[in-house]
Amino acid sequence: MNFLLINFFLISLLLVTTFFIFKTTSLISVVALTGAFTLLCSAIYVNLDAVDVAFTEAAVGSGISTILMVMAAAKLPEGKKNKLINLFPSIILAVSISLILIIIIANLPLLGDPNAPIHLHVVPEYLKESKDFFHIPNVVTNILASYRGFDTLGETIVIFTAGLGVIALLTSNTLNRKTNFKKNNKKNER
Amino acid sequence: MVGGLFIIITSQNYLKKVVGLAIFQTAVFVFFVSLAKVLDGTAPILTKMENAYSNPLPHVLILTAIVVGVATSALGLALVLQIYRNYETIEEKEIQSLELKSDKLNV
Repeated sequence: MNFLLINFFLISLLLVTTFFIFKTTSLISVVALTGAFTLLCSAIYVNLDAVDVAFTEAAVGSGISTILMVMAAAKLPEGKKNKLINLFPSIILAVSISLILIIIIANLPLLGDPNAPIHLHVVPEYLKESKDFFHIPNVVTNILASYRGFDTLGETIVIFTAGLGVIALLTSNTLNRKTNFKKNNKKNER
Repeated sequence: MVGGLFIIITSQNYLKKVVGLAIFQTAVFVFFVSLAKVLDGTAPILTKMENAYSNPLPHVLILTAIVVGVATSALGLALVLQIYRNYETIEEKEIQSLELKSDKLNV
């Protein structure tokens, strides 16, 4: 019961944070709130016994991505208070998606049920064998690096490609529409 | 999760849209990890005692996905910066009006 209460508390904090991210216009406070959001998420992961995920989320999600966002927000202008666009269709979309999700979640096995189908296939073997195969007590590491090593290789390729994309975007001068706009605006003034 | 989607659609500021995407992703991750929970279980690090462990497979998937998610948002931020360099604004409406203006002038 204690576990459920903590979880409920953390998730309601998450909702509050999301609401304030939605409300604020200042970019730097949006970034700070996002950092708080991911930190709350890592607390939830600890509560759900996923220590490795919590560690990664705190280091990568809450650390690196917040640093990246602060660097971007420093170069960008202050956010303006604008009218919300597409308000009505997005409310309909959000409500319908949440209804569908609630219906689906009601059909899932209960939280923490040890006989749920997800816990019965493959995973018992991993838990039993991996210590004898790799001599590492942490099963998550075993699966990540050995059983599913190709996944991790693919992930590395994705990150490499994303890094190439970031470098290409930030150093390119070919997409120079700014000069066009300036010319056009000058024409307009004449 | 729906909150993140809502932010993506309704806010005009492109940086806020990137943040909305990150929130959306993180909510999906929390859902995934919650599937792995076993009541009275511990973290999947083997000890000498016989224990119930939570399911390590979703943890692995989410570890991969978190890192990929950061790569995605870095790419999005780079795009936003490039947009700001070219248009000198990151508000959607203003960019639209600038585009309309230049279209009229070019025709």
